[in-house]
Amino acid sequence: MEHYNMNLTLKVWRQKNQSDRGQFETYKVSNISSEMSFLEMFDVLNEELIQEGKDPIAFDHDCREGICGMCSMYIDGKPHGPWQENTTCQLHMRAFKDGDTITVEPWRANAFPVLKDLVTDRTAFDRIIQAGGFISVNTGNAVDANALPIEKAKADDAFAAAACIGCGACVAACKNSSALLFVGAKVAHLGLLPQGEPERKERVLNMVAQMDKEGFGACTSTGACEATCPKGISISNINRLNKEYLVASLVSEK
Amino acid sequence: MDARIPAGPLDDKWTDYKGHCKLVNPANKRKLEVIIIGTGLAGASAAASLGELGYKVKAFCFQDSPRRAHSIAAQGGINAAKNYQNDGDSVFRLFYDTIKGGDYRAREANVHRLAEVSANIIDQCVAQGVPFAREYGGLLSNRSFGGTQVQRTFYAAGQTGQQLLIGAYQALERQVALGNVKMYSRHEMLEVVIIDGKTRGIIARNLVTGELERHFGHAVLLCSGGYGNVFYLSTNAMGSNVTAAWKAHKAGAYFGNPCFTQIHPTCIPVSGDHQSKLTLMSESLRNDGRIWVPKKQGDNRRPNEIPEEERDYYLERRYPAFGNLVPRDVASRAAKERCDAGYGVGSSKQAVYLDYAAAIERYGKIEAGKQGNDNVGKDEIIKMGKEVVKEKYGNLFDMYEKITGENPYEVPMRIYPAVHYTMGGLWVDYELMTTVPGLYALGEANFSDHGANRLGASALMQGLADGYFVIPYTIGNYLADEIRTAPIPTSHPAFEAAEKSVSDRLNTLMNIKGKQTVESLHKRLGKIMWDKCGMARNKQGLEEAIKEIQQLKKEFWSDVKIPGGINELNPELDKAGRVADFIELGELMCKDALEREESCGGHFREESQSEDGEALRHDDRFMYVAAWEYKGDHNWQLHKEELVYDVVKPSTRSYK
Ligand SMILES: Cc1cc2nc3c(=O)[nH]c(=O)nc-3n(C[C@H](O)[C@H](O)[C@H](O)COP(=O)(O)OP(=O)(O)OC[C@H]3O[C@@H](n4cnc5c(N)ncnc54)[C@H](O)[C@@H]3O)c2cc1C
Ligand code: SF4
Ligand code: FES
Repeated sequence: MEHYNMNLTLKVWRQKNQSDRGQFETYKVSNISSEMSFLEMFDVLNEELIQEGKDPIAFDHDCREGICGMCSMYIDGKPHGPWQENTTCQLHMRAFKDGDTITVEPWRANAFPVLKDLVTDRTAFDRIIQAGGFISVNTGNAVDANALPIEKAKADDAFAAAACIGCGACVAACKNSSALLFVGAKVAHLGLLPQGEPERKERVLNMVAQMDKEGFGACTSTGACEATCPKGISISNINRLNKEYLVASLVSEK
Repeated sequence: MDARIPAGPLDDKWTDYKGHCKLVNPANKRKLEVIIIGTGLAGASAAASLGELGYKVKAFCFQDSPRRAHSIAAQGGINAAKNYQNDGDSVFRLFYDTIKGGDYRAREANVHRLAEVSANIIDQCVAQGVPFAREYGGLLSNRSFGGTQVQRTFYAAGQTGQQLLIGAYQALERQVALGNVKMYSRHEMLEVVIIDGKTRGIIARNLVTGELERHFGHAVLLCSGGYGNVFYLSTNAMGSNVTAAWKAHKAGAYFGNPCFTQIHPTCIPVSGDHQSKLTLMSESLRNDGRIWVPKKQGDNRRPNEIPEEERDYYLERRYPAFGNLVPRDVASRAAKERCDAGYGVGSSKQAVYLDYAAAIERYGKIEAGKQGNDNVGKDEIIKMGKEVVKEKYGNLFDMYEKITGENPYEVPMRIYPAVHYTMGGLWVDYELMTTVPGLYALGEANFSDHGANRLGASALMQGLADGYFVIPYTIGNYLADEIRTAPIPTSHPAFEAAEKSVSDRLNTLMNIKGKQTVESLHKRLGKIMWDKCGMARNKQGLEEAIKEIQQLKKEFWSDVKIPGGINELNPELDKAGRVADFIELGELMCKDALEREESCGGHFREESQSEDGEALRHDDRFMYVAAWEYKGDHNWQLHKEELVYDVVKPSTRSYK
């Protein structure tokens, strides 16, 4: 692969803490190699800022392999940037060309307050899981793993839904800040498996109730979430959730 | 060193232990508080299980959510002696393979217990809804891994760690909802509090506000992961660090076999100075790929222009019996040998080829054969072969392409070894307790089960074994004697002193106001470690490294430059504390490597090799665990735990 170097202008959201109003700052970076990852470009910029005695830009990241779900930059109007089915940490600089201006913001949603610069608080997702995103089985209670065969197609669908990395890009992409793709993926993952059957009804009701409580918006089926999701979580999970919710609320009203 | 291994035959030890260890009754469990540092596979499984039992648990992690622990990144799979494939697997075979794979430097009793509980782990995970790969009949699928002769690896595509961790995380969150576990994310443990010789709590820093907090516990479990990032570049997550274990070490916990590091042979090579981490390409790729370099030194042709007879398939040449499937340590050293001798490829010349062309053609022919069609053209065969390879390894190939911009279906992948895992860690006894009473270490943070080299798919197994099935029993044996200990108020002078020392250190760091960034100092440490305490080590290099690291430590403490303040979210300050600990650890690793004048597993001393360059163990002198006691700045005392092999007879590993 031929590589090249580039000079770029970055417009980055700076916000001291949760109560600060925040504003954009403009930075120039030069000699950025097309082989760098997007976050390595930020590393270079931060090293320069530190050397100049300025505060580096805070951003979340850990695995840098697209699996932990920690990185979360809203790049040129798209969560995780321009590539399809990709996380911020896996975006590479060959997606850009010399002279580009790139705008970088944090996830924006009431349920994800900004803590500093590009770092947000996504603990609302943990609380949704606490509300019902599990199967109640204590350690030691399990039967032999092959005692209960599971249709391969179902197991594969459950896996596809379970691939969600909890990054919150779906929320950031949605004009209503809905978390329904995230919740739908978990409801599908557990609901598709026989082990998840006994708690199916309460699970969907409790998780949706918690989601509303956290201040996520309503889903108006624009599909922005699916288009942005780095793990290709399908919007059919939302349809599935809606059906499960309907059935569960009918039953629970009896 | 007394590992407190139960008496009796190997097969019965764990059963006997469980039948005789002390128990804590449910009413008393509610009064006992347990602190758990880390929510990876080891920590999350321990927190969930102890919460279920009724203990009052507090769990800590430095990420924003417990679900993001580094375990999430494990790709290939998890071993278990289920023998679902009817191919001759058993608890004994898994035990034996692990002992042999570890080059006879692991403790028999621990490894046997690990093999015994391995089957329960799979049951537990399936019950939690972990979507392992399945066959069309609906039963679980297995693959082979790491050169063993049975298929015992369970997997969920290339995302096994993710699925296992989500299972444990969900079990943990359920306990949070029930009020049994309190979760502290974006918190970093920075000190252990010891009162009258027993562990009684920790000092943690809230990473958002910078505030220091005191937490009391009747016991503390360190599940804080491995320390591969001492090399700066590794396949570990950026935040993985040694700080929790190091604080424990300085507070009295011995450090076991610090120099035992695993260097994984198949990683994407370094592309430039900007490199921040390295990405693993799963070991499963060696099942089908062929590894080669050109026969001519400094050959600059493109790989596809180099004819078959001018390629050196050096693993197949040197190890005809195992070929490309030799264990990790052997494959890594062979790649380094070729590159050092000038046969490396790519712009850096620090890479070898992992080639799928032959596999694509082979699979294509099989597909054509299935269709009963003899007249398929070459192009058609290649096309069909690519489809098969895509189904097996598609996500890995995509990842390679995202990073390098090259299409591995068309050109061979370039790979090079990278630091991946640390077998060394806090020394623990059979009960997973360190040398400090009430302080335990689980998962990659301890040294216990993998000897000098870990087999693929065994770290996930060990983390979950420790958390789900070992600690729930062994901790009771200690806590049963603590039921009369009322929670100690955190105004106790020991908490005050511990908090003061943390706060003084933070202030010292911030006040250095030097010229060098934390990152640049970490990079330099990594280079010393990689060059002199990496894949090959020798006396002279290690002695130099120790001097260089001591010098680096001085520079760090007089010239580091940390921006921002203490009482705010300040990732540079967090990193500074971790790098300071890595520097001290690096010195100990070199010291340990210097002391161990033999080659075993991942530890290769150039002075100790056979005529054809293979590792030479010295069982007469080094059949022990090196447990280092911290005695003060640059000063450690070595204690030895002799390893006794009652069941397995140590022999020389041969893969020829
Ligand atoms: C890329 C990759 C692929 C791998 N693939 C496999 C595989 O296929 N099969 C296999 O068996 N093994 C694999 N491994 C190894 C395996 O993933 C790890 O050894 C294992 O997951 C470690 O788990 P752990 O629970 O011990 O620690 P980790 O998962 O590393 O968790 C550490 C936890 O400790 C917390 N922590 C650390 N320090 C502090 C502190 N001071 N204060 C508070 N919290 C702290 C962190 O926040 C985190 O929650 C792989 C490793 C890598 C790097
Ligand atoms: S559904 Fe997709 S976008 Fe939303 S949290 Fe999960 S992985 Fe991220
Ligand atoms: S840093 Fe883990 S997904 Fe990006």
